[in-house]
Amino acid sequence: MELTDDTLRDLHRRMVRIRLFEEAAGRLAEANKLPGFLHLYVGEEAVAAGVCVALTDEDQITSTHRGHGHLVAKGGDFNRMMAELMAKSTGYCKGKGGSMHISDLELGMLGANGIVGAGTPIAVGAGFANKYRDNGKVAAAFFGDGATNIGAFHEAANMACALKLPVVFVCENNEYGEFTPRHKTMAITDIVDRAVGYGMPSVMVDGMDAVAVYEAAVEAVARARAGAGPSLIEAKTYRYYNHHGVQNLGLKYRPDAEVERWKERDAINGIQARMAEAGVMTPDQAEAVWAEIRADIDAAIKFADESPTPDPSMLLVDVYSQNVEAL
Amino acid sequence: MTATEVEVRQLPYVMAFNEAVRQCMREDENIFCAGEDIGAFGGVFGTFGGLQKEFGERRVVDTPISEQAIVGLGVGAAVMGLRPIVDLMFMDFMCVAMDQIVNQAAKLKYMFGGTARIPLTITCGGGAGLSAAAQHSQSLEALLCHIPGLKVVVPSSPYDMKGLMVSCIREDNPTVMVKHKRMLGVSGPVPEELYAIPLGVANIVRPGTDVTVVAYGRMVSEAMLAAEQLAEEGVECEIVDPRTLQPLDSATIVASARKTNRVVVVHEAVRFGGIGAEIAAQIQEEAFDYLDAPVGRIGAPFSPVPFSPVLEAIYIPNAARIADGIRATFGRPARSV
Repeated sequence: MELTDDTLRDLHRRMVRIRLFEEAAGRLAEANKLPGFLHLYVGEEAVAAGVCVALTDEDQITSTHRGHGHLVAKGGDFNRMMAELMAKSTGYCKGKGGSMHISDLELGMLGANGIVGAGTPIAVGAGFANKYRDNGKVAAAFFGDGATNIGAFHEAANMACALKLPVVFVCENNEYGEFTPRHKTMAITDIVDRAVGYGMPSVMVDGMDAVAVYEAAVEAVARARAGAGPSLIEAKTYRYYNHHGVQNLGLKYRPDAEVERWKERDAINGIQARMAEAGVMTPDQAEAVWAEIRADIDAAIKFADESPTPDPSMLLVDVYSQNVEAL
Repeated sequence: MTATEVEVRQLPYVMAFNEAVRQCMREDENIFCAGEDIGAFGGVFGTFGGLQKEFGERRVVDTPISEQAIVGLGVGAAVMGLRPIVDLMFMDFMCVAMDQIVNQAAKLKYMFGGTARIPLTITCGGGAGLSAAAQHSQSLEALLCHIPGLKVVVPSSPYDMKGLMVSCIREDNPTVMVKHKRMLGVSGPVPEELYAIPLGVANIVRPGTDVTVVAYGRMVSEAMLAAEQLAEEGVECEIVDPRTLQPLDSATIVASARKTNRVVVVHEAVRFGGIGAEIAAQIQEEAFDYLDAPVGRIGAPFSPVPFSPVLEAIYIPNAARIADGIRATFGRPARSV
């Protein structure tokens, strides 16, 4: 597939949307305006953007506790996202889910998930539904390197391959499971090594290069759509902020030099340089994109700020569905 | 027996389950089954027998031995609008899938602000009595009843099995259908046509005036035997089978308690922390002034299910122990030793 200028602009735009949303969320958290936990996606933008540009709006994704980036990349609405982070009734989950459960089923975003690895079997289920209906859609599961140490991932990967389902497994290998470096929690260096155990094709890509992620995703999605079964993409990436929140919680579990090394390879800087060189987007044009999205973020914060908190009467609503069809 | 009763077909509990699935699958293309050995083999207890032959490998799916992924498959497919029936073989195995059941299936709707619907049925074989020992014999329904978002169904007869399973399948919420393993071969009248018994509606299995016995699953038949013994002693038991533990038809139970003034709650599950404790608590809240005796609770002792048939027979509550529990509410001495 030829890489078009529009695809580059699309990748860039989605990444900037994620970056600015997350930076804003981080500032709000530091100002104590967001209740609960906040896991920021900053640094890993190329992965969500690269994969979601390769998907259609009708394809599904499952996400992680670090899920804002996935929803933004799938086309999430800033207003409803920001309102959810602020626990407002206008949020995606009406203020009942928060950062870790943000979702938009209409966009095929089947939820951020507070349980590491738990989204992968759900993606298998979505993939099963696609195959069952022969609708040509694909389900992509995002998860971290840490999730590949949990049983759910192995069960999901094996089952997806055994049943030959249209699923793409996307590992965001950011080298840390919460605060513990990867080398202390697994004896392998590359997650792709696991794929052979399931009979699954795999590819390792630079997760700081949105084009590389996109091209790998296009191939994996095409394979899934054609009925040839699942693939694993391992994107080597890095989160700039802490596991939780923005501050480092006083823990020096990562050397500053390491963080700086990864930031030097920032995916957004990378694609902007590439587009400038190719004459696709000048630095001024890039700045205009940032400015436009900043305005959207400001509007979203205002929207969320002015939105009401959930009415107490909503506490017990939606614990169960009321059956549509009468028995 | 009247002419109409004679005409009703007799069907084993296991086939009542099978027929419910089969008839629902015929009318709704969105229903599929997935689980270990349920396809060509028909399930370890024959519960899914013949379904793959009728509906094919697409709709009756043999899965790896991967309980988390089996339930996750159901959750993901349900979110996408299918109506999955996933089988966990033994109820004990749900522990392997607890994250998908408790943190995912039960909670997605609420966490997502109501946007998700999870029309998922999880089926499993529960209960002791087969010398299957501690990991294949448990009655873990209380764990599930504690989780908002789940529904828990425990049929006590072939008739109830078919009608309740139909409701589980048509239900837009995750339900756990517990098939009691020792009841699979028990036959009873089951209409051939498709019918549904609503979830959350108790059944007064035996009307009575003197004491209420709340029992479900296989304990209903033991309670019936106990009631026959007590009738000879001049005590008429009213046996209330809640049929579903979540939702629980508290109104019917409380009304019966207010009528009879005495209650014994029976289950095969371990007594401590069992659903009987919840039922007893609700009765004292709603019918305290009507009670002539403390609410009795009959359940298994606080031990894993033993392998030895001798020990297992002592472990599982039976008619004699239920009868003694009933006698105790009248201050009468126990008769079983």
